[in-house]
Amino acid sequence: MPARTLATLLADPGAALLLNRNAWTGVLAAARAEQLIGTLAMRLDGLALPQRVAAVLGDARATALEGRRQALWEAEMARRALAGVVEPVILLKGTAFAAAGLDAGQGRSIGDLDILVPRQRLSQAEAALIDAGWMWVKPDPYDDAYYRKWMHELPPLIHPERDRMIDVHHTILPLTARMKPDAARLIARAVPLGGGLAVLSPADMVVHAAIHLFGDGDLSGGLRNLWDIDRLLREFAEGDEAFWPTLWAFAADHEAQRVVARALRLAHVLFATPVPEMWTRAGAADAWYLQRLLARDGWGRETRPATRLAFYVRSHWLRMPPAMLARHLWIKWRMNRDGRPPPQQEGQ
Amino acid sequence: MRYVLGVRIGPVTFRIGSDWQGPIAQLRTLYRDYPRDDGVPDFSVRLTPRRPWRRWIRPAVMIEGDFVIPDAAPLPLDQGVLAAEMGMNLQMALGQRRFLLLHAAAVERNGRAIVLTGESGAGKSTLAALLQTRGWRLMADEFVLLDPASGLVHPFPRPVSLKNSAIDVVAEELTGAHWGPLMRDTPKGAIRHLVPAADALAAAERPARPVLLLFPRFGLPADQRGVGAGEAFVRLTQASTNYVVLGERGFTALTRFVGDVTRVAIDYPDADAAAAMIEKLW
Amino acid sequence: MNATRYRAPPASDLSMVLLDELVAIFHRASGITHLVASPVPELLTALAGRWMTLDDIEQEFELIDGDRASLVSIMDGLGVAGLIERA
Repeated sequence: MPARTLATLLADPGAALLLNRNAWTGVLAAARAEQLIGTLAMRLDGLALPQRVAAVLGDARATALEGRRQALWEAEMARRALAGVVEPVILLKGTAFAAAGLDAGQGRSIGDLDILVPRQRLSQAEAALIDAGWMWVKPDPYDDAYYRKWMHELPPLIHPERDRMIDVHHTILPLTARMKPDAARLIARAVPLGGGLAVLSPADMVVHAAIHLFGDGDLSGGLRNLWDIDRLLREFAEGDEAFWPTLWAFAADHEAQRVVARALRLAHVLFATPVPEMWTRAGAADAWYLQRLLARDGWGRETRPATRLAFYVRSHWLRMPPAMLARHLWIKWRMNRDGRPPPQQEGQ
Repeated sequence: MRYVLGVRIGPVTFRIGSDWQGPIAQLRTLYRDYPRDDGVPDFSVRLTPRRPWRRWIRPAVMIEGDFVIPDAAPLPLDQGVLAAEMGMNLQMALGQRRFLLLHAAAVERNGRAIVLTGESGAGKSTLAALLQTRGWRLMADEFVLLDPASGLVHPFPRPVSLKNSAIDVVAEELTGAHWGPLMRDTPKGAIRHLVPAADALAAAERPARPVLLLFPRFGLPADQRGVGAGEAFVRLTQASTNYVVLGERGFTALTRFVGDVTRVAIDYPDADAAAAMIEKLW
Repeated sequence: MNATRYRAPPASDLSMVLLDELVAIFHRASGITHLVASPVPELLTALAGRWMTLDDIEQEFELIDGDRASLVSIMDGLGVAGLIERA
């Protein structure tokens, strides 16, 4: 099972020395599909690997370094654009890991730039970004209205010259979701990095990663998000006894205890993440989640499409009350039938 | 996947998997003279039905792989070879990191290479194929691989994709060449793949020093003009799918390349005229 | 209010290669390649790692002849390109 082998290699790079040729082919395909190839390359750097495996991973490492450079530059350009409007700029997800020099950022593929701004500054931030050359991506008025009314972020903006997107969040889940993250606390507890940038506090960062993993999207790309959580937990808990109680208290602030607990349990099972004992026992649905997280074959294809559909519906269920879900899916369905593109899913 | 072909083309290895036997059988024939490769591949390509039952009912081939673009249009099953070729191009365009890719053709003699670039339809594939009968080894038709470390051009002797009238023009001159199946109704008209000559395949891993960069345009009276290094640089960044992702390696490789080669735009009415101009320039 | 100041990246952050009449610049912080003509390379060299006002720049570049509008438009363009920072 290539995805399971991938998880093993990430947690225990030494196991790479035991892999045969067929296993490598499958692991590399699964790692590419899960956007974990750069991470794997960094983890296995320096090991005596078969020459062709080393070549593929060497390319992945170079790619990850370029991606990191571009992501950090995008953060710097956002900082310049927002100077005087939002200071410091709070980075989220991959860019935050890279900017803060965290293990979770090592080799990680980074997509759009995600930033968090206070809700009352949202329109000013939007105006400042547009003034600095960003543009709306979405031409569709329904989508635009939907985003503005219900989502936790502005409709995505793109900088056409650099071809990079920015997601400006004012909280970390849609307003319709059942969990209620406390954006004001996230912002108040953010940690400045210097240079006009900041990241969430360690415990909030883990809570956000857990919410992102389970509460946002259909769990595709979930293996990478769970790996983020493993890295964050190891790095933050090391030598800080107060970390676990703080994490639990912050999870409560955001009504996110369930997803945080599940993330901890799954990380422990899959990556042997050291967690307090109460999270080492499997929960009811954990096996189902694991199956979904590891659903990749040796060609990088998703397996178990039925599970995938269930997760897609479920992720909308989590984010919206049922009547609104029906309306949303119906409009999406109509748009598909009319041959127009459906609204884009959120970036991973 | 049910049917698999592993093949090496110059310095790059591919694994092509298919849910149907047909495309793989055709590929085996097309790639008859290329080395088979069952090691860990650089890239995987998958030819799959859009839905499981579409394997049998109105079968349409989806092009997938390690690197994909959303909304790639499927092709009918009898164009499976084209789907595989497009899939391999896609892997190179999006995934290649060892070499700077130039959308160009290249030919070689005495260890020195000529790179021919230009917009699609400028005739560079046809010209590169025909130069084979005029004393040149074909190195590449679609992607020229520039090694950032050495500055050398590496061969990537894929089958040459020829379209419409070019198919007959080349077939007339290259008698005895090995061809893929003729596909009449592709989105780009008729397409047929020409396997490069034996010397091209035998030297598929022998690089060459680039000396001349040509911007050919077919169908015009013979003419030529020098091209500035700055203009050549810009045109090649636009003709490269991985210039940006290579970062400074790409910058260094490309500035060095345009500085080192002679750069000429040529207009030519036919292959003989082009060959004569090239003999003088190089 | 103080006059706007401009700053370019330190010289070590730019790789410049002369290509006939143009200069190709690789900006290491962004990974972006710029193709520019005079006086941009000269301006970037003068501003490398140090803050200058438009008056400072004009003083150092007599060749610009005090054409403030064109200098401002060059600086704006460089700002959008990320090659200079303003404060």
